[in-house]
Amino acid sequence: MTDIHVETERVQGHHLLEVKDLFVEFHTRDGVARVINGVSYHLDPGETLAVLGESGSGKSVTAQAIMGILDMPPAKIPKGQILYNGEDLLKMPEDKRRDIRGQQISMIFQDALSALNPVFSVGWQISETLRTRMGMSKADAMKRAVELMDQVKIPAAKARLKDYPHQFSGGMRQRVMIAMSLAMDPKVLIADEPTTALDVTVQAQIMDLLADLRRDLNMGMILITHDLGVVADVADRIAVMYAGRIIEHADVRALYKQPAHPYTKGLLESIPRLDDKGTVLKTIKGLPPNLMRLPTGCKYHPRCPYTQPICVSDEPRSLNLGNGRTSACHFAKEMLSGELG
Amino acid sequence: MANLGESILQVDNLVKHFPITRGILFKKKVGAVKAVDGVSFELHKGETLGIVGESGCGKSTLAKLLMRLEHPTAGRATLHGKDIFKMSGSELRRLRRNVQMVMQDPYTSLNPRMTVGDIIGEPFEIHPEVAPRGDRERKVQELLELVGLSPEHINRYPHQFSGGQRQRIGIARALALKPEVIVCDEPVSALDVSIQAQVVNLLESLQNELQLSYIFIAHDLSVVRHISDRVGVMYLGKIVEIGTEDEIYNRPTHPYTQALLSAVPVPDPMAREHREIIRLEGDVPSPADPPSGCRFRTRCWKAQEKCALEEPLLIRRAVEPHPSACHFAELRHVVA
Repeated sequence: MTDIHVETERVQGHHLLEVKDLFVEFHTRDGVARVINGVSYHLDPGETLAVLGESGSGKSVTAQAIMGILDMPPAKIPKGQILYNGEDLLKMPEDKRRDIRGQQISMIFQDALSALNPVFSVGWQISETLRTRMGMSKADAMKRAVELMDQVKIPAAKARLKDYPHQFSGGMRQRVMIAMSLAMDPKVLIADEPTTALDVTVQAQIMDLLADLRRDLNMGMILITHDLGVVADVADRIAVMYAGRIIEHADVRALYKQPAHPYTKGLLESIPRLDDKGTVLKTIKGLPPNLMRLPTGCKYHPRCPYTQPICVSDEPRSLNLGNGRTSACHFAKEMLSGELG
Repeated sequence: MANLGESILQVDNLVKHFPITRGILFKKKVGAVKAVDGVSFELHKGETLGIVGESGCGKSTLAKLLMRLEHPTAGRATLHGKDIFKMSGSELRRLRRNVQMVMQDPYTSLNPRMTVGDIIGEPFEIHPEVAPRGDRERKVQELLELVGLSPEHINRYPHQFSGGQRQRIGIARALALKPEVIVCDEPVSALDVSIQAQVVNLLESLQNELQLSYIFIAHDLSVVRHISDRVGVMYLGKIVEIGTEDEIYNRPTHPYTQALLSAVPVPDPMAREHREIIRLEGDVPSPADPPSGCRFRTRCWKAQEKCALEEPLLIRRAVEPHPSACHFAELRHVVA
């Protein structure tokens, strides 16, 4: 079955969404911050790609570039392509891009309270896109808003239509935002840390909801997160970012079993685990690099326990390890076979 | 190991209600937010007591009470046998020295206009008996070294440090007066994973070196398990279950603890299929109007009539030796 799937993709010749060799820099008073340095990833319908990274790794900026919501200036995209169904979003005229944004590619944010407008009722906010984009009448749009709220399992949706965001709990607000993002039946949903602000029991509810919706609507989902636990729970593939590059990309199961990059290995070892009380946590020494003054060679070399002279002088290419697995490490093969570490 | 230490802090039925008022000039009390509603526990020398719970369960109010930043509505807390809420004068000064706090947000808890040396040295201004004036700079440098920062950074400002380093500065400040008890309110939740581990390790090594007792408040159950000797689980202002780390994580008997533990994502994709998540319905009720009887009953799958009528006490249940506030406490393994 997978073979057939691959075949149809080849005939069409493109992925649902593909980011190709993207660069983003921010021009500031203090200099140029190179935030994204050649990121490539792709997404197909019905799958979940997790983009994992710490703060400043560029995971959110990539998503903002896809959505076209980067402030330019100060941001600048000197190079790269973002292909949606084979068409480059970066070369598209703004009005055409606007049609794709929200309708084809939609996004939900971490902090639902600040993403929602406090002075309009949630019903009004959910139905706004339906009225302005699809030309629905006020009554029809409200009716559809109730359906959407039902779909994201907000209890007593009809009665709560006229309520304001502050009258909802954190989890319910996140549901409202998901309902808004689904209003136009998007093909791609970008979820930027959707559960980071929520409690664990509520987080489980929201992740379940997102997984159900993705399956029912056959959306492709990009899940941006820093939480290795959430990734293990829901993602199909994972792209690990560090200093604006994807340093490892793999099937989720393969990556957790044997990381092929020292950074991924370090991350996996440094999280305390619920099912295991270790003694001393392993740590990654040092700090993430300053994006204004990136180190030479491999951007991770100042923190890496296996650094060799070549790591300081040459930037490693993304090495193909088979099965869609890549690692940007000079010693990726040794990492994978377990010879290192 | 920790149980061997003497008990230094006893908290007995601590209650904090915040009044809800109506009217501007003639304020009328119309209700109360029951943030902390009868919490009791003991803290031993050299141990870490973890307090876990979701937002709004009262864990931060509890921290403020223990710091004597809030005055309780009822109940007492005694440090070395003396009620901290009745202290005044020199006794209170000693308390302030003895109990210190590490805050959640390393970005807002350090004054941006003060150098690191001034921030860490400020406690000495208030308590000059700890370090004579001429000795302070050396003391501050020692503290910087102790928390893993370079002593040469004494004249830098907070913005020149990263989040993890700032949290180290906050820890150095808390250590300056050689306290016995440190209340850590979400000390690592604002940090990245790779940095979080560094700070957790630092807190642990400092504890061993200086015989500190920690109250470690956090919502991340994995971190709490890692650092704690004993753990208390809070829900809507009450501790629903308390016991050793092993008892709470491996033999939980309260349904809320079980649900909480089962919902934590495990960083292992292989566990995806056989992991059993107990799904709670709905949200935490408002602490201004908590449910009658057991406060968890509105979300509990075991709830029966008895739960609405009779409040379960935090006592030893037949199934397990550690206290659990559930009428129908039973063992259930939720952590793989």
